[in-house]
Amino acid sequence: MSFSLATASYIGATILFILCLGGLSNQETARRGNLYGMIGMTIAVLATISAPYVAGFGGVVWIIFAMLIGASIGLYAARKVQMTQMPELVALMHSMVGLAAMLVGFANYVDPIAASHLSGAAKTIHDIEIYVGILIGAVTFSGSVIAFGKLSGKISGNPLLLPGRHWLNLIGLLVVIFFGRQFVHADSIGEGMAYLIVMTIIALAFGVHMVMAIGGADMPVVVSMLNSYSGWAAAATGFMLSNDLLIVTGALVGSSGAILSYIMCEAMNRHFISVIAGGFGTGGGTPAAAADGTQPAGEVVPILSPETAELLRDAKNVIIIPGYGMAVAQAQHTVYEITRFLREKGVNVRFGIHPVAGRMPGHMNVLLAEAKVPYDIVLEMDELNDDFPKTDVAMVIGANDIVNPGAQDDPNSPIAGMPVLEAWKAKTSIVMKRSMASGYAGVDNPLFYKENNRMLFGDAKKMLDEVLVALKA
Amino acid sequence: MPLTIGVPKETAAGEKRVATVPEVVEKLIKLGFAVQVEAGAGDAATVSDDAYRAAGAQIVEDTATLWSSSDIIFKVRGPSAEEVGLLREGATLVSFIWPAQNPELLEQLAARKVTVLAMDSVPRISRAQKLDALSSMANIAGYRAVIEAAHHFGRFFTGQITAAGKVPPAKVFVIGAGVAGLAAIGTASGLGAIVRANDTRPEVGDQVTSMGGEFVSVDYVEEGSGVGGYAKVMSEGFQKAQREVFAKQAKDVDIIITTALIPGKPAPKLITAEMVQSMKPGSVIVDMAAEQGGNCELTEPGTVTVKHGVTIIGYADLPSRLSKQSSTLYATNLFRLSEELCKNKDGTIDVNMDDEVIRGTTVVKDGAITWPPPAPKISAAPPPPAAKPVAAAAKPSGHGKGGAPSSTTRAAVTFGVAALFLVLIGAGAPPAFLSHFTVFVLACFVGYMVVWNVKPALHTPLMSVTNAISSIIAIGALVQIAPPMDGVALDRPDGWIRLLAILAIVLATINMFGGFAVTQRMLTMFRK
Repeated sequence: MSFSLATASYIGATILFILCLGGLSNQETARRGNLYGMIGMTIAVLATISAPYVAGFGGVVWIIFAMLIGASIGLYAARKVQMTQMPELVALMHSMVGLAAMLVGFANYVDPIAASHLSGAAKTIHDIEIYVGILIGAVTFSGSVIAFGKLSGKISGNPLLLPGRHWLNLIGLLVVIFFGRQFVHADSIGEGMAYLIVMTIIALAFGVHMVMAIGGADMPVVVSMLNSYSGWAAAATGFMLSNDLLIVTGALVGSSGAILSYIMCEAMNRHFISVIAGGFGTGGGTPAAAADGTQPAGEVVPILSPETAELLRDAKNVIIIPGYGMAVAQAQHTVYEITRFLREKGVNVRFGIHPVAGRMPGHMNVLLAEAKVPYDIVLEMDELNDDFPKTDVAMVIGANDIVNPGAQDDPNSPIAGMPVLEAWKAKTSIVMKRSMASGYAGVDNPLFYKENNRMLFGDAKKMLDEVLVALKA
Repeated sequence: MPLTIGVPKETAAGEKRVATVPEVVEKLIKLGFAVQVEAGAGDAATVSDDAYRAAGAQIVEDTATLWSSSDIIFKVRGPSAEEVGLLREGATLVSFIWPAQNPELLEQLAARKVTVLAMDSVPRISRAQKLDALSSMANIAGYRAVIEAAHHFGRFFTGQITAAGKVPPAKVFVIGAGVAGLAAIGTASGLGAIVRANDTRPEVGDQVTSMGGEFVSVDYVEEGSGVGGYAKVMSEGFQKAQREVFAKQAKDVDIIITTALIPGKPAPKLITAEMVQSMKPGSVIVDMAAEQGGNCELTEPGTVTVKHGVTIIGYADLPSRLSKQSSTLYATNLFRLSEELCKNKDGTIDVNMDDEVIRGTTVVKDGAITWPPPAPKISAAPPPPAAKPVAAAAKPSGHGKGGAPSSTTRAAVTFGVAALFLVLIGAGAPPAFLSHFTVFVLACFVGYMVVWNVKPALHTPLMSVTNAISSIIAIGALVQIAPPMDGVALDRPDGWIRLLAILAIVLATINMFGGFAVTQRMLTMFRK
């Protein structure tokens, strides 16, 4: 296969990738979109292997060997992963792209052929490309590993805030720029390598530091931001290798990830920068003071599962609001059993999904889909927020901040202005929680103290099982 | 010291209800009260004195003795002038009072230095639903209205095909979908009629549908919800549009049931004489607002008349016509109120004026008139968005629908910066880089356009598919794995490069296969 033919194949692959992303924007076309992606990827890989880019039989053997290993690990992981662990898996996968980008960058730098025909400005640009490619790759890698740790609970979800962390970041950036200059002017590969390694270490530390400073509730933004980074890393590699397919695909992934992050931030009414800069509530007033000043007053009314079943049975309209707690307790199947039972009785059961519920954008939708909840009763916040006054029972399962009325009525609240599901407007709201602990934002929730609110304490799965039994009795 | 609850026989003409029933007597005694009932009080509701006795109540023969020996009086109708005279000083009276319509009664009661709780003044908030006697009575009235209509209507309600011919189903039109209206809709559709309903509050449409009715809307935009879940007076334009709808329905339907009431005002005249005239002979109108003057111009309160061949029922005592049922429900409402008043279950009451429900219900406290209460804090259906303080301003622009909003100045600044940036790049960079850069920028825009419309439900699959696609990085590793054929191999560290490249391929492939497979797994789960 000639270079031209390979390039033509690349164009085909690019188009397929665009169709893939476009298809993923709608449930009806999503599966076809994924198929396009797979075909595109196959074409890209085959074209690269069969084109003169890859030389000799030995190379192909190595490639097949490496791909077999990778494919079996990947498929195994994809089959084994629990839907509730999806955020961790995605974060882990991002780290692999980051690491791969780093490795390719290093390999390219030590390869004298790559830059042999370049000189002057072109050479400088090539060096910068290598430098930036490795930088982004390293940040993506270490950031994703930390995100994986946080999501899987191996690392505490609380933000780690070093003193003067913004200065640390700034100093790191300046050092990276300085070494970048030195690197471009390096005389030998050995000297340049030293600069590269120093930079890589700083970049890795930066990635760790950045994600460590971000609280658990902001994880959806981080995951999609890392997704974006992995794309930029691929694009940088593309520049380095003068490969348009890599550039285009990297840019597609990068920009789509960035937009997802932006959408997430909008949903939390927070600035992208303040999420990235880390720490919850650091942008606005002091959350501690606000919490002391306006302690929600009132009594919490606990109920038990039989009464919950009673309330549900008597209701005409029910809205279920799932949160991270449902994912943790793996309660989605029981939720669906209850839903199905109630719907057969003619109760209008719907699901209200907050854009940042869970630890990954769309996390709740995936879990509910896994439990076979039909997606046309799973609605967005904006679609059903006005329906709460007409709702008999709003059942909140393991969610907290996303149903906090303080976001609307308390301007001092750290989450003030964040759009929330107005569960308190339902005739009765039931909140299922393990204890009275506050959510990730560390804000007390006035909803719990409302007159028409009931608390059902306990593990979501266990409680819902009891409710189901009571319903069927 | 436990207090004594006294239940006298109702004296109003035609009133068949009684303020307590034996089942509730037992519960009241459990709360610590002593209960005495006037002899024959339950006769009209088919409850015998013996039944009360069996439940633990004392039967008192003499009316005056009962009134004077009771600390608390439970009644249905407001007291007559003589009854007010019988009340003991310091006693508590619980009954319907209608303080707005009966200011003199309120004065008389205050003069007796008593405490009065009016069951018609229970605030309409969620917590007070269990003691809302108006709702329980309205429910019964709605049921009875349909039964009365069926009684005077010469046909079946349900459609039938019999050997003797086909019977069309009756068509019932209910005006006002409050508690009474909804009960009427449910009863009529239960009997098999075709039911339509109208209400000035559009949000009750779903409730109408849920009861088996069809909501007939008036095409005129105006919000009709007043404070406390009641309707309010509508504008002239709306009323005109409404009359047209009613006139059309009148020609078509067999039975009209009207329940339109506005608190403190005479009932609105919704059915005109012409509309009655346009109805089919044999049709029936049940005017449930007869007591407040009626919704129909031709209604004669308290009686049944036939005008233009249409039977117009103006009974004002529909709940009383179902005396056993209404007595039971009313007695339960009173019991719930007693629970609120007697939190310690020790047979004493505490009229706690800090409690929103008790505050609203109490119209006279120890001889002082406390009606009207301060405005209720919460409406059953709060007015939509306008009241949302912070959130409304900061509401997201609804991604998935359109582009991002940006002011003109902001756009100008953005374009300026972008232009400057491009000029700088163009000045310094070689052509090869620029062509790559072009591709890069265009691809960013394509990504933006394509992803902007994604549904939130698909965020996770989208993320995992973009993740899979980002394993395109494998291409970078692939081209490095072996020296190119034209390789003028200088001192290329082949081993190192190969090792790095193979590692990169393994990593990228994990991602590639894992990402696509997991996306596929997720997508197959999404179903309608």
